[in-house]
Amino acid sequence: MNDENTNSQGDDMSTSTPSVLSSVAQNRAAHHEANSAPMGSGLEARGVHAWFGKHHALENVSLDFNPGTVTALIGPSGCGKSTFIRTLNRMHEFIPSAAMAGEVLLDGKDIYSSGIDVTQIRLKIGMVFQKPNPFPSMTIGQNVLAGLKLAQLKHDNKEELLEQSLTRAGLWNEVKDRLGVSAGGLSGGQQQRLCIARSLAVNPKVLLMDEPCSALDPGSTLRIEDTISELSKTMTIVIVTHNMQQAARVSDYTAFFLSDGGPGQMIEVGPTSEMFSRPRDQRTENYVSGRFG
Amino acid sequence: MSSAQVTERQAPPAKREITTLPRFSDRVFRGVVSLMSMSSLVILSLIGIFLAYRGFETFRSQGIHFLTSPDWLSETDASGKVIYKFGMSAMLIGTLLISIVAVIVGVPLSVLAALFLTFYAPNSLKKFFVTIVDVMAAFPSILYGLWGFFVLSPMAEYWAKLINKYFGWFPAFHVDDPSFNSSPFIAGLVLSIMIIPIVTSVSREIFSQTPLDRIQAAYALGATRWAMIRTVALPFGASGIVGGAMLGLGRALGETVAVYSVLNIVYKINWHVLYGFGGNVASMIVSKWGEASFTEAKALLAAGLVLFIMTLLVNMGANSIVTRTIKSGR
Repeated sequence: MNDENTNSQGDDMSTSTPSVLSSVAQNRAAHHEANSAPMGSGLEARGVHAWFGKHHALENVSLDFNPGTVTALIGPSGCGKSTFIRTLNRMHEFIPSAAMAGEVLLDGKDIYSSGIDVTQIRLKIGMVFQKPNPFPSMTIGQNVLAGLKLAQLKHDNKEELLEQSLTRAGLWNEVKDRLGVSAGGLSGGQQQRLCIARSLAVNPKVLLMDEPCSALDPGSTLRIEDTISELSKTMTIVIVTHNMQQAARVSDYTAFFLSDGGPGQMIEVGPTSEMFSRPRDQRTENYVSGRFG
Repeated sequence: MSSAQVTERQAPPAKREITTLPRFSDRVFRGVVSLMSMSSLVILSLIGIFLAYRGFETFRSQGIHFLTSPDWLSETDASGKVIYKFGMSAMLIGTLLISIVAVIVGVPLSVLAALFLTFYAPNSLKKFFVTIVDVMAAFPSILYGLWGFFVLSPMAEYWAKLINKYFGWFPAFHVDDPSFNSSPFIAGLVLSIMIIPIVTSVSREIFSQTPLDRIQAAYALGATRWAMIRTVALPFGASGIVGGAMLGLGRALGETVAVYSVLNIVYKINWHVLYGFGGNVASMIVSKWGEASFTEAKALLAAGLVLFIMTLLVNMGANSIVTRTIKSGR
């Protein structure tokens, strides 16, 4: 069905050289420059640490996410990148015994300061998870609009919002005739795009994506990457990925995380094309050239 | 596979029977556990057969009146012959009323408690409360009955008066004269407390299985905890809650001692929950058993059979609901 996509995904990681990835990234950068003025909110992590009980999982990460950019977080398993992305919309605190230090600023305001309504934060900073998680008891349409119900928001034109969200997520044409059908019948890739549409319906300024394609086939992965490129015109996106080609294809900036057995640290951050062509740190170069991880 | 089409298909070989030769120790253990698991079925069947055998005579002599008539008495007519009239309709209706009150009051309490324990309570508090609820289940029912009689009754009488005052227009809350003590309502309240442990632990079990990814999905969309519970946990747990409620109902149907110590048992049909008399099948058997003649004892055993069947049906219903829930996977 999507043979050409399959090939691009099927590349052996070890054969991809930094130069190949960096040329992909440069294409991506050129694409982005052609866009109109970026929107979305800026997000800033300052000295973020995270713990699970006594385990220090993440150490002193400071990272800026400019409005309207896509930032990829890469690194081997266990380097703390998923933990980090979950501190950005306060999902980290749902794990029992989880703790954090530092600040996360959304448009300059600390989302962890007291007196902040965390549900408002999560409305502005949406999240898409590794495994598609639509609500199985709801129809496709209800799933998209679930956020309105959950956050008790009012919207004048739900039909329009429904179509708009599904269109932005690149799913409208596939499901427009069966909005009243249970979401469980969709394929994995469609479910993930449904989850993206669901996040978009509450109009977030920032979208966090925690390995959104790791459970999907290559064809679906490519569709989601197209969706990300479209969305980056209107919002700030942070994506965790294990797939370096994906990072090169979709992101403007890349941050490399690594754990040397201790807590995970951010080794290096920079424009994606530079990270893949001339990383400053030897460890980054080893990773992006496929020498470990 | 498509390129290598075989023109003529061969008949598949006969399926092999896959067996293993169990070791001696395994065979012994297998025998022991099978026997033990059969024992509960055997005991239950023996009780059923015994009740049917002893009660058969009553069913034959009383006919359908045994279920439809409220009277339970023996009279001596002019010729000196003893006439027995056995009917359990008053007690059946009492059983129903008391159980309904117990479920209506007890199930929401239990579900809310289970929600608190699953989604709100910090870990230390959770352990403590789970222990408390377990202790409640192990508590002797006579103590609930005595407490119900001495402590709960006077308070519940006041509540009953309030309900009657404001909702007396509703037929079930009507009373003929202001006698509110020892009503099915009060017995139901005592029972509602007694079914809390089972319903709470079944609901808690179901809620704790709520898939984490759905909970996270809800929170990531800006849900409050309450909104998450309403949209994710309750739909997920709904059938489990129904199953738990049915198990509670099963317990309420058969409860004897607590009802016996609270209720004023009168053999007259009473549809009014707040009105001060009634009874249930189990408490009737207990109250009559001590002084029963041979014939009356048989009638009580027949009543026992009716109760047995009722409880069995409710429990089977509960089981099928719970099983269906697990199978559908939600």
